[in-house]
Amino acid sequence: MQNAFGETQNIVVLGGMSEIGLAIARRLMGRATRSVVLACRRPDEATSQVASLRREGVDVRAMAFDAADTGSHASFMNRLIAEHGDLDVVIVAFGQLGDQTRFDDDPESAVRVAQTNFTGAISVSLHVAKQLRRQGHGRLIVLSSVAGQRVRKANFVYGSTKAGLDGFAQGLSDSLEGSGASVLIVRPGFVHSAMTTGMKAAPFATTPDAVAEATLRALRSSRRTVWVPGLLRGVFSVFRHLPGPVWRRLPLG
Amino acid sequence: MSRDFASLRLTGWGLTAPSVARVATVAPEDLPECVKDSGVRGVIARGLGRSYGDAAQNSGGSVLRLAGSISEVVIDRESSTVTASAAVSLDELLTVIVPQGFFVPVSPGTRFVTVGGAIASDIHGKNHHADGSFGVHVRRLSLLLADGTVRELSPTSGADLFWATVGGMGLTGIILDATFAVLPIETSSCIVSTVRCPNLEELLSEMSVGDEEHRYSVSWVDLLARGRSFGRGVLWRGDHARLSDLNAKQASAPLRYTTRRVTSVPPIIPPPGLVNPFSSRFFNEIWLRKEPRRKDGQIKSIPAYFHPLDSIGSWNRLYGPRGFIQYQFVVPFERADSLQRCVELVVESRLASPLVVLKRFGPSNEAPLSFPMPGWTLTVDMPAAAAGLSALCRRLDDVVLEAGGRHYLAKDAHTRAESIVRGYPRLDEWRRTRDAVDPGRVWQSDLSRRLALLG
Repeated sequence: MQNAFGETQNIVVLGGMSEIGLAIARRLMGRATRSVVLACRRPDEATSQVASLRREGVDVRAMAFDAADTGSHASFMNRLIAEHGDLDVVIVAFGQLGDQTRFDDDPESAVRVAQTNFTGAISVSLHVAKQLRRQGHGRLIVLSSVAGQRVRKANFVYGSTKAGLDGFAQGLSDSLEGSGASVLIVRPGFVHSAMTTGMKAAPFATTPDAVAEATLRALRSSRRTVWVPGLLRGVFSVFRHLPGPVWRRLPLG
Repeated sequence: MSRDFASLRLTGWGLTAPSVARVATVAPEDLPECVKDSGVRGVIARGLGRSYGDAAQNSGGSVLRLAGSISEVVIDRESSTVTASAAVSLDELLTVIVPQGFFVPVSPGTRFVTVGGAIASDIHGKNHHADGSFGVHVRRLSLLLADGTVRELSPTSGADLFWATVGGMGLTGIILDATFAVLPIETSSCIVSTVRCPNLEELLSEMSVGDEEHRYSVSWVDLLARGRSFGRGVLWRGDHARLSDLNAKQASAPLRYTTRRVTSVPPIIPPPGLVNPFSSRFFNEIWLRKEPRRKDGQIKSIPAYFHPLDSIGSWNRLYGPRGFIQYQFVVPFERADSLQRCVELVVESRLASPLVVLKRFGPSNEAPLSFPMPGWTLTVDMPAAAAGLSALCRRLDDVVLEAGGRHYLAKDAHTRAESIVRGYPRLDEWRRTRDAVDPGRVWQSDLSRRLALLG
């Protein structure tokens, strides 16, 4: 349950190694918080992430979760609910960028990215939504990306998975109307993080902490989408309508 | 049973922490069926939704409103008691009983509470020091249990469950009807004396003598004033006026009772609402200055004296869409230092709205979860969206609990389960009584989940 200040008792990060997911969880943690679950493929490797969130009176733990293994999601959810009761906030933070230059020669690796970013996210989000509907409250935060707003050649596999996920999340958000549960779609631009280390930063680059701060503000004001930085909303409404020949020539990497 | 249920988004009076439940208004005879099919998220009863927090919400479960009518009220003049459906509001009750020469045994700051809610929250009023809380005036009640049966309870028969139901926040069952004592009155007027105090020290010393000479006593404190005016306030003490207190015109219709709604707050107030430090300081200044320094024998009507805020419909909307919290605590008399500390913390934070109540409680009753105990109780409304409010509440909680005080469940929307465990040492005893009649946890609310009341 949340209290009058919107502070939640439990927080679940799906993709518990995600820097953005962790940053959101850290900012969400308030006085009411009793437990934080970092769900990731190798929970034994998440010790520093777990330690970074630990505080007095809060049970922080890592739990095994494989986004791509959709068959395991039902039992994962059952265990999560059995151990933590109502889910107040669930953050879908996992995702793989992949290497666009290798996808042409290795389509299998592109499929793996799609299986995690899109198929896995759909599967687990539907499981979460079912529980949120049942409990009559709760928030699902879906980390989308501006990369899905107009997919560019430099990362069109990743971009297309985010485009699909974003569309899915919008529909899910509408379908939860009136249930007491809701979805917040977060669309960051280029984020400086482990995932993007060594890459050339795009214009309007941001940080996990800035994404977390914007997410918190959007949660408090009950918004359904948030762009980080906010300026990107305007930028992409222009980008979406650019004629193809112009779009292809833009120096976007 | 699905026929009359609607999925509704509910909040308490503070408009915070909304959740969705299946809501229906049900006649007493149909209740057992609704309760039987409740499912894992359970059932809670809801009256007029005047609890400030989530006491009458049940996300994902059922919220039942009892159907009941004022026309079935029975007044027993002989024993000065009233028997009414739990769904009847004090507002409805007053329109019937005042002209007959009776007043409710306890009235909170609003008349828009039901009899069921009054018992389940064990409400208190300006007369707590003299008459105790609502529960001690209840002679009997009938309670729908989780197994669908109805049990008759009184302080002498089924006493444990009776007292677990008083202040039990609806978590022992659904109160169907009750018989309770009412107070014979000669007139529908109150006779009020007022003292304006320039600071907290004078206010507390003024309050500390003479309460026993009046049935009603309550103070207002300006929690925005600093410096020399720190803790300035107004003390009002009152009694029901006798016929001899009234002039000829007033005495011609001594039991006349009318209420009126002056205005109503529109449904949409843009964030951050109209309550802010500037508007509040302005209001406090006027509020204080309109009161005489010291005046005795003022005649006021029941609505003007007991329920001034009820004349403004939906005043809770003034705080904007994010709502507000009402922070209420009690600390023992011997720890007046902690009251002083709490006032300091609130004044420093600049978060208080003008709605502040300070009162001295009398003895507590036998109910394990009843809030009042001998000591000072302070009530402060604060906008929920205000930055720093959570931190302020944490500091206040620490001071209150360290002093052996506690928080009022009917108002709470912020605290942690640990605060209730510390503040209510008889919580386990209440749980045992409760579990015996509801082992399957049919009765649940957002409050019970948030504060782990069921253990």
